[in-house]
Amino acid sequence: MFEIPTFMILLSMLLALVSAIIGKTIYDKILAVNIFGTVTVLFIALFGFLTKRPEFLDIALVYALINFISTVAILKFFEYGDISASSIEKEKGDI
Amino acid sequence: MTAIEILSGILVILGSLSIIVGLLGVYRMPDFFTRLHAASVIDTLGTILILFGLILYAGLNIVSIKLLLILIFILITTPTAAHALAKSALHGKLKPMTDDD
Repeated sequence: MFEIPTFMILLSMLLALVSAIIGKTIYDKILAVNIFGTVTVLFIALFGFLTKRPEFLDIALVYALINFISTVAILKFFEYGDISASSIEKEKGDI
Repeated sequence: MTAIEILSGILVILGSLSIIVGLLGVYRMPDFFTRLHAASVIDTLGTILILFGLILYAGLNIVSIKLLLILIFILITTPTAAHALAKSALHGKLKPMTDDD
């Protein structure tokens, strides 16, 4: 019963990868990778139900964590040029 | 096949359709910020429909509690990631498209 949605989700994972390759700016690529991660979490959850083994859900939970952390880390790297940079703006003092 | 299973199948198929629609939006939209808007359909509508359909199919046990945890986690983190993406794009001198373009 879950064959058709699993196939559609596989197709959308392929579309997200192609979108990540042909994206013009770096932000388009990061957006496509973020979509790919979200769709992968749904794919893992559906695949567990497809094979009657829902133990894969722990992997889906961990994948959601890794997806969020990696997106924020890559964004911080491209915004400040350094992952360990402080995001608080420096005081400009009296000008 | 009971009514609950049919309902959960309909919800899962609707969710995967909305994922396809969101990806078509990512391909068709002209600007980065509009693409971000289209991608939010995947993160909210597709995720809620698919995971809620799976919760209905699983019944009340440890599997559905794990699915609910995944749903809550995704609903918290993906808007945060989208906000960080838009803020980073604005900070990186990416101008939103206006009527003049």
